[in-house]
Amino acid sequence: MDGTDLLQGTAALVPHLTVITTGLVILVLDLFLTSRSRYMNEVVGLIGLVLAFALALGQAGDPRLLFSEMAIADNLAVFFHALFVLIAILTLLMSASYIRRENIVAGEYYALVLFATSGFMFVASAADLVTLFIAIETLSISTYILAGLHQDEQRSQEAAFKYFILGAFSSAILLYGIATVYGAQGHTSLVKLAEALGENDIPTMLIVGMGLIIVGLGFKVAVVPFHMWVPDVYDGAPTAITAFMSAGPKAAAFAAFLRVFFQGFASPALAQNWIPIFVVLAALTMILGNVVAITQESIKRMLAYSSIAHAGYAFVALVTLDQLGAASVLYYLVAYALMSLGAFGVLTTVAKRGERHYTFGDYAGLSSTNPLLAALMALFMFALAGFPPTSGFAGKFYIFSAAVQKGHYVLALIGVLTSVISVVYYARVVMMMYMREPDLSSSGPYVSATTGTLLGVTAAGTLFLGVFPGSVLRLAEYSVNLLFAS
Amino acid sequence: MIPISYYLMVSAILFIIGAIGVLLRRNALIVLMSLELMLNAVNLSFVAYARLLNDMGGHVFVFLSITVAAAEAAVGLAIILAIYRAKQTIDVDHLSLMRY
Repeated sequence: MDGTDLLQGTAALVPHLTVITTGLVILVLDLFLTSRSRYMNEVVGLIGLVLAFALALGQAGDPRLLFSEMAIADNLAVFFHALFVLIAILTLLMSASYIRRENIVAGEYYALVLFATSGFMFVASAADLVTLFIAIETLSISTYILAGLHQDEQRSQEAAFKYFILGAFSSAILLYGIATVYGAQGHTSLVKLAEALGENDIPTMLIVGMGLIIVGLGFKVAVVPFHMWVPDVYDGAPTAITAFMSAGPKAAAFAAFLRVFFQGFASPALAQNWIPIFVVLAALTMILGNVVAITQESIKRMLAYSSIAHAGYAFVALVTLDQLGAASVLYYLVAYALMSLGAFGVLTTVAKRGERHYTFGDYAGLSSTNPLLAALMALFMFALAGFPPTSGFAGKFYIFSAAVQKGHYVLALIGVLTSVISVVYYARVVMMMYMREPDLSSSGPYVSATTGTLLGVTAAGTLFLGVFPGSVLRLAEYSVNLLFAS
Repeated sequence: MIPISYYLMVSAILFIIGAIGVLLRRNALIVLMSLELMLNAVNLSFVAYARLLNDMGGHVFVFLSITVAAAEAAVGLAIILAIYRAKQTIDVDHLSLMRY
């Protein structure tokens, strides 16, 4: 291995390095800022992320393996990098006024968001289980701290503790799975795994390892029965971080699933072992996520259970193991990230300093206090429920068509029925906003410029993706070409 | 020579003991210790497989895994300390603000 290999590898990882460097710069810069110039953290963060976005798009091209086949740079990675950087940019926009209001320390917050984003990006570039594990740990540890950064709130510390314990538990299980796969195969490379498993019969150890990896990654995605941490953690964490967690780590975990199961364990002999498991997991997740969300009194917890349900919908596409399935997962992740960030963005504006304001009643009469905000919230609720012409409808349409195309009729039926059930709790919010009298004693929600930009971008994205889904879907199909080329 | 399967069995037993500790113990520090036990059980398993397969990859991965476990322990202790400052207890049963 000579210098050119290292140079080529580093050149391809420039987007990741940009994000990490921006995070480090913010950490150091924060030492020199006063409370009046605290906004510089945000500005530096945004500049770094926009630069990383441009650099990530520049990586598009033929797939190439880097760093002795430990990392890969291909169009799938580019798609995910663009998505992760977009999620980070939107989170930064949402956080600007939120953390000032809630008295959260700015420097570490932004640095951790950026480090978590770099973790996401490394997950998407992983060609080896070792890289995957380190990347998942990077993003997990950053998110454990972020969940607990709301120092005035005891719920936040409790959420951080629960997230840490269950997250570390699942990481240990994932690691054990990787160890078992290593013992069965003699290497941890996903690329070599794909090549070697042609016709030979499968060692039992490999199946055991695969099962443990499903459990470990299942925790991160929050499919049932590994979803127990989601309601408490999403409820206790600062709202901007809940938004980040619902979009980022989830997308990263799906990227991990795509890399490991669509690229690594993709041979038909192995697939007939894990596809039935995925079918059961997807069905349970959709059913439980939607049914329990109906019972929730707090809108934040309701959105947490709805996020479990949406992970279930996206999981349906993973049982298909074909191009439409993978492309529809990518499309759904983009659509869900926009909808979720928008909905949580509205939550940050309605809640006030120190007061929780997360019950449904706090949204009563929002249409008369702030009609634009109510309209945006209604858009996000309908998008999450899957009404046309929003991106939520297009995403579910593609996923269920992919499932039906492969013969999983029951799964598609469960998906459609649970989507109908979900309208019950999403429409509750809309009903509160438009058909109740507002509480005129408290002042209306205050929407800052940055939050307004966030809401505008996510709403526009939701509508655009819903009315013109083809552009992103074609992009997604082009990105997953690698997985099914040969 | 000791058969490699003995090492793998010890690793599995340690992993299970650690998992039981995480699920059943009430003191947050003991839970953290059990978590570390789980991670180290997997490290033992990696070294055993690396010896069995005569491959250096397993040994190197153990280094990375130990580093990650150390970072995780630091974060876990910081979180427990924050909770202790607020509530004067580290009994996990008392973390029940969010129940259902």
